[in-house]
Amino acid sequence: MAQPLVKKDDDRDDEADYSPFMGIEKGAVLQEARVFNDPQLDARRCSQVITKLLYLLNQGETFTKVEATEVFFSVTKLFQSRDLGLRRMVYLIIKELSPSADEVIIVTSSLMKDMNSKTDMYRANAIRVLCRITDGTLLTQIERYLKQAIVDKNPVVASAALVSGIHLLQTNPEIVKRWSNEVQEAVQSRAALVQFHALALLHQIRQNDRLAVSKLVTSLTRGSVRSPLAQCLLIRYTSQVIRESGNTTQSGDRPFYDFLESCLRHKSEMVIFEAAKAITDLNGVTSRELTPAITVLQLFLSSSKPVLRFAAVRTLNKVAMTHPMAVTNCNIDMESLISDQNRSIATLAITTLLKTGNESSVDRLMKQITNFMSDIADEFKIVVVEAIRSLCLKFPLKYRSLMNFLSNILREEGGFDYKKAIVDSIVILIRDIPDAKESGLLHLCEFIEDCEFTYLSTQILHFLGIEGPKTVDPSKYIRYIYNRVHLENATVRASAVSTLAKFGASVDGLKPRIFVLLRRCLFDSDDEVRDRATLYLNTLGGDIEIDNDVSDFLFGSLDIPLVNLETSLKKYEPSDKAFDINLVPREVKSQPLAEKKAPGKKPTGLGAPPSGPPSTVDSYERQLLSIPEFANFGKLFKSSAPVELTEAETEYAVIVIVDASEAEEFSQVISKPLRSLPYDSPGQTFVAFEKPEGLPTTGKFSNILKFIVKEVDPTSGEAEDDGVEDEYQLEDLEVVAADYILKVGVSNFRNAWESMDPDSERVDEYGLGQRGEGLSEAVNTVINILGMQPCEGTEAVPPNSRSHTCLLSGVFIGGVKVLVRLSFGIDSTKDVAMKLAVRSDDVNVSDAIHEIVASG
Amino acid sequence: MEFLATRRCLKYICFFVFAVSCPSIKNILLLDSEGKRVAVKYFSDDWPTNSSKLAFEKFVFTKTLKTNARTEAEITLLENNIIIYKFAQDLHFFVTGSDDENEIVLASVLQGFFDAVTLLLRNNVDKREALENLDLILLCLDEIVDGGMILETNGPLIAEKVTSHTIDADSSLSEQTLTQAWATAREHLTRTLLK
Repeated sequence: MAQPLVKKDDDRDDEADYSPFMGIEKGAVLQEARVFNDPQLDARRCSQVITKLLYLLNQGETFTKVEATEVFFSVTKLFQSRDLGLRRMVYLIIKELSPSADEVIIVTSSLMKDMNSKTDMYRANAIRVLCRITDGTLLTQIERYLKQAIVDKNPVVASAALVSGIHLLQTNPEIVKRWSNEVQEAVQSRAALVQFHALALLHQIRQNDRLAVSKLVTSLTRGSVRSPLAQCLLIRYTSQVIRESGNTTQSGDRPFYDFLESCLRHKSEMVIFEAAKAITDLNGVTSRELTPAITVLQLFLSSSKPVLRFAAVRTLNKVAMTHPMAVTNCNIDMESLISDQNRSIATLAITTLLKTGNESSVDRLMKQITNFMSDIADEFKIVVVEAIRSLCLKFPLKYRSLMNFLSNILREEGGFDYKKAIVDSIVILIRDIPDAKESGLLHLCEFIEDCEFTYLSTQILHFLGIEGPKTVDPSKYIRYIYNRVHLENATVRASAVSTLAKFGASVDGLKPRIFVLLRRCLFDSDDEVRDRATLYLNTLGGDIEIDNDVSDFLFGSLDIPLVNLETSLKKYEPSDKAFDINLVPREVKSQPLAEKKAPGKKPTGLGAPPSGPPSTVDSYERQLLSIPEFANFGKLFKSSAPVELTEAETEYAVIVIVDASEAEEFSQVISKPLRSLPYDSPGQTFVAFEKPEGLPTTGKFSNILKFIVKEVDPTSGEAEDDGVEDEYQLEDLEVVAADYILKVGVSNFRNAWESMDPDSERVDEYGLGQRGEGLSEAVNTVINILGMQPCEGTEAVPPNSRSHTCLLSGVFIGGVKVLVRLSFGIDSTKDVAMKLAVRSDDVNVSDAIHEIVASG
Repeated sequence: MEFLATRRCLKYICFFVFAVSCPSIKNILLLDSEGKRVAVKYFSDDWPTNSSKLAFEKFVFTKTLKTNARTEAEITLLENNIIIYKFAQDLHFFVTGSDDENEIVLASVLQGFFDAVTLLLRNNVDKREALENLDLILLCLDEIVDGGMILETNGPLIAEKVTSHTIDADSSLSEQTLTQAWATAREHLTRTLLK
């Protein structure tokens, strides 16, 4: 159909908005479709009507069942016509109408005839149509033809059969698997696309057979795959084999790495990129392996094509999260991308630079970002804010310029999510960098003077109530808080009242003035505000020392799950007996582990670092405290990362989190069994151990999960009384030294180091033996053994350096501050030596650190 | 210490962890300068209803409207999808893939679509011409991707597959068209090589 559909030469030039489908109506077109039934078929006119039908479907119009059936039956008549153009349109509309099984039978014979036609175009299309609409019963009849088509010399026919095979594999795997030999032959095809389709199908047929996939990859990586798309597939399959084969071989070489590396020199950009991406995604990739991939990505950064620049900068951004030093070579190219027309590229470039930059480049970068922030969308701004937050935690000395930046953008226009990201960042900086507290709180105060989001105002007021009284001059915040009582809506006013009360409770000098302010709130128009003011005036009232109850009431968090409180309150019937909050159950109802269900889905966004659950420590602490037996153990010191005690695929996934409470010893004191565990939901059981007094004890636990399986009556949902006892051997759990050390950073290592008692210093030297992967591996190993916080970005080792100093800080169990200075050196035989200097508040702890390293 | 015990289905996990995907296309869109459909084709279940499809089209259209995608194809990441796009006159071409897809593969599909349409519309790439030859555009979409799987990315080859039937049907006219098409293809190739 090279001709225009409707020729209207006379009037088409007048109207700019002319469309051949103007005023088109479903009813009229369905009427027109009657021409399909004419004994003398007008092929051109029929094609036009089909195009109109397709246009309607494409615009989202739907046909009723009756209409669709009618159109389908009349379309089948068009197989009489020998017009090739019309036949193409017939194929297209049959696919769009997706006929039901009994309708399919009508066209089957026509399509099978076309499948055996001499015209390749007929054969290819008939195969695709038939495979699309067939329900499997037909498949055995046409299987023979499909197998032939796979090895057909015409690439279009072969591809049609192979792609249909890929779709059919989902519904009829046992049939398609019988085509292996033909598919294997097609992999050798000279036609590029046939090779691609054949490889995709062959892999899908064999994907559950690891050995077969491995063989396939081994043979193909040796030979030459011609099609770039097929080569991309091969790279994916190779990475899969690498992933499943575990890690490096004895010699330290990764199998198939050479193949991936050779693909970096391929002539097709898509293959180069696929290989570079595969290398950067390797498990525990080393700097040496990364280098060639980074080099090709760097070339892409200066390409004239936005797609290449985007692909490269996105991949480098990801690498920068784990290997910032490897990406620093690209910094100059990266900086020129800040002014890129494409804002996605510019944002990715900036956030990469923020991750790889060193302390000296921070100020310059901030200046560039300030110009850039005004013309990007909110979602990109959030990415930038998050990158700045992590930068600030990495270089605490730079907090002043970063905090200024945050407060400036806080004042500019922006939506809720963006403002919330900024406020969250400031709050985190205040928490983690003591020096930043005063200025940060004032920025927040200024923000709530003109904040349109009630939620943010109340959050900030609450935070002020906790942090404000601890500052040198709490009185300067009062004005900001009291202004809220005058200017804001009832919700904000109520929370301002609570904040005022907290200042009054914590700062004795302010109490009389707070009282004056609270009394004024008694005349507020809102009852909640009045009630709060009255309540606080009474609880804080008089000159009596504020007792524990009051401060608990004001500052304590509600340790009862809100859901439980809600249910209890709903159940409560007004009577003489007052509602007793102590009767509310404290155990958290088990919920299905939603995030465990979809391990394939990753949080994405523009390369934002995956953020862990916000307050795991908080939630575990709360859970532990909710158990009466554990409540008197003292404050939770540290929760280790979850350890899976089972293989990830078994039916019982048991995860252990070691919670080092202050009074831990290695003899079992309490165990708290789990009463029932419904199907498909996680439950928790707790065991407490005591450890011997004094130094950290390490060791292994072997774990056995004992349980009783009970049948549940599906009608009543009640468990039956008798059950079968069973037990399940779990993996051993090792308690290591790092479980006793908390990762706590310091803002200025040198100052902190010098302020510690030099007598507590313990220095020793260690040989770490040969390290194939160089210094960074050695540094990471030691950091992991100690479980301490690397300071000032010293965990990153520049590639190929011969020596490195790493600074660590942490808090040992018992609240003892520890600082460690590690000096590494490596010689030509990759032999690594380390000098370890420790200072701490307690000499015994300094010795303990050495013991940990010596035994690790 | 704490134990979390949960029963899980083995198969389910295998699917997510081990499925190594083939490059796949979620949709191809051809919209006009107001964001209205000229021709669209969806291959993914991400947008099950017509209204969700329209919402996606509107979102993508407005997000890309202000960019200059006339000389080179542009790219962006929206709602965890990679979108590659290119504009010509009053037509906006889009190809969508998932965010872990190889961007350059997606770009090659857009380029194939764009080149084929340029050939089929004899260099008059605008909305009116596209609507008048909607049959060719629809056949073109059918020849590029089948159920999400890439069929062909070479523009001139796609155009040839779309027009090939006319050789038998009406030789004089279509042969001329095809010669013309090949001339354009050659011209395009020379341009690419000279760049």
